[in-house]
Amino acid sequence: MMAEPPVLSVRNLRVEFPTRRGTLLAVDDISFDIAAGEVLGIVGESGAGKSLTGSAIIGLLEPPGRVAGGEIRLGGRRIDNLSREAMRPIRGKRIGMVFQDPLTSLNPLYRVGDQIIETIRTHLPLGEREARARAIELLTEVGIQGAERRIDAYPHEFSGGMRQRVVLALALCAEPELIIADEPTTALDVSIQAQIIQLLKRLCRERGTAVMLITHDMGVIAETANRVAVMYAGRIVEIGPVREVIQSAHHPYTRGLMGSIPSLEGTSDRLTQIPGSMPRLTAIPKGCAFNPRCPLAFDRCRVERPDLMAVDHSLAACWLVAREGAEAPR
Amino acid sequence: MLAFTIRRLLEAAVVMLTVALLAFVLFRFVGDPINQMVGQDTSIAEREELRQRLGLNDPVLVQFGRFIWNAARYDFGISYQVKRPVTSLIAERFPATFELALTAALFAVLLGIPMGVYTGIHRDSWLSKLFLSVSLVGISLPTFLIGILLIYVFAVQLGVLPSFGRGEVVRIGGWTTGLLTASGLKALILPAITLGLFQMTLVTRLVRSQMLEVLRTDYIKFARARGLSDRAVNFGHALKNTLIPVITIIGLQLGAIIAFAIITETVFQWPGMGLMFIQAVQNADIPVMSAYLLLVAFLFVLINLIVDLLYVWIDPRVRIYGREA
Repeated sequence: MMAEPPVLSVRNLRVEFPTRRGTLLAVDDISFDIAAGEVLGIVGESGAGKSLTGSAIIGLLEPPGRVAGGEIRLGGRRIDNLSREAMRPIRGKRIGMVFQDPLTSLNPLYRVGDQIIETIRTHLPLGEREARARAIELLTEVGIQGAERRIDAYPHEFSGGMRQRVVLALALCAEPELIIADEPTTALDVSIQAQIIQLLKRLCRERGTAVMLITHDMGVIAETANRVAVMYAGRIVEIGPVREVIQSAHHPYTRGLMGSIPSLEGTSDRLTQIPGSMPRLTAIPKGCAFNPRCPLAFDRCRVERPDLMAVDHSLAACWLVAREGAEAPR
Repeated sequence: MLAFTIRRLLEAAVVMLTVALLAFVLFRFVGDPINQMVGQDTSIAEREELRQRLGLNDPVLVQFGRFIWNAARYDFGISYQVKRPVTSLIAERFPATFELALTAALFAVLLGIPMGVYTGIHRDSWLSKLFLSVSLVGISLPTFLIGILLIYVFAVQLGVLPSFGRGEVVRIGGWTTGLLTASGLKALILPAITLGLFQMTLVTRLVRSQMLEVLRTDYIKFARARGLSDRAVNFGHALKNTLIPVITIIGLQLGAIIAFAIITETVFQWPGMGLMFIQAVQNADIPVMSAYLLLVAFLFVLINLIVDLLYVWIDPRVRIYGREA
């Protein structure tokens, strides 16, 4: 397909948590690629394994969680089997990360400039003064006005949106190839959300950075992502181009998610919702994990677990796809 | 910052006045000092004359005013017992208590913080478990028992350290120090450990629980995600955030160390202010007692003031609130 290896390539990744009651599989056999300059959205409800996937990629799973199988490749090179020490220079330098809550992502006791300079000097061979100049450049680039002055301010002297810009600047310090943004806009006001999303999009377009955008907000995905992966109970149930997934989703769960986005031109004045809630990891149903909540489930769904199947330009893990494909081949 | 300091100073003054009132009122009830000062065959007229001379017949308010006025000029009167100015008694005793308390505090902080950090970072290592078990002993055994145990082991059984006194002291100006002679240093070890062990375990446990909490925060996770070294994360980012509550407690405990020195000084017959206070209590020596109380209160207030200012220095957020208020 491509001559260059994708920036990030995840193959059959499994993340498990050993507990007293047995081992829980929180991320179950997921695979995806992200190319340079591409934004891959990862959506799903809380507990679907989105954030864990992000943590696994950057090697910051909280024990006892661990990568139990599969491969993670960054620029073609495996990183999931690296030692702690070998992984450290990759974090921040080649993979940048942005977290949900900008209010708690910055250390309250240090000036933002010190935190940026510290990160720059960890990864790049720059002196204090050059690092400071670069920090000012970065702050200006993420849209902080009067950066020469603001660099000496403390985190609490910034608003939430401004702090998220600082967090972005921190993630961009060493020009990483990949940014993992874990719910970067969830904690922000809607108007600020749009600004941050625009900023994120512009920065990756200009730098050709690959972005893994984790969110439960389909609106953010629709606006930002090139492709989207929908996760449910630790598995990817559908992955494909964002337009196709949003407009003609193949998996009933994805359709349910789409139905729960309010739209201005929508004719119905009620939002649809998916009945029930996602199963706990201790009680994943047999067959398709979604079958108890699925309005279209049939016998096969309750017995046999579907794998991802190609349909149009997407992949969907649903027996309906197989059935439709058999009955009316497109 | 200046307004903040001034406000704290005013608060401190109010506290000191209150303590002075308490000290004054309280010690009017501990017994008639005249009985302690004179022999059984002193006549009533002579007693009355002494009472008059000491100003004990004046109205209470006049006595209190005189007490405050004198205390403010660092004059606590003459000890009823030894018939010498209380201030010179304190001047003789203070260095001993100060050196003991300082050594105990250093022992507590210099050992407690690293142990707390270590047990916080390496939660499951056997060394952490050992530290925590030892700290449990330190926190549950009373001071005098620890002192007696230490004396039994190191002075009686092993015979390596003295069981009482300060050892040889060197006089520098008005200050006597035991820090400059081998016997002085040796004599300091057991009392300092006795006095500091509880504080050390407290600091260890506090730092540990703070570390555990801070290490779970988002900014620590973010610091790791930025690829900072473990050292920078643990000591640069985590430790500084644990220090705010730790400083408060250490400050308060420093006061407690001086106050608890009474017990340790009694166990080790350490010639400090605590021992002086106990002797004063036994003899209803009111000027000495009230001076001691005021002095300890003053140290507490002073330490708290320093702690407040340290906050401002460490935590930029307090700076803002302090300015606004």
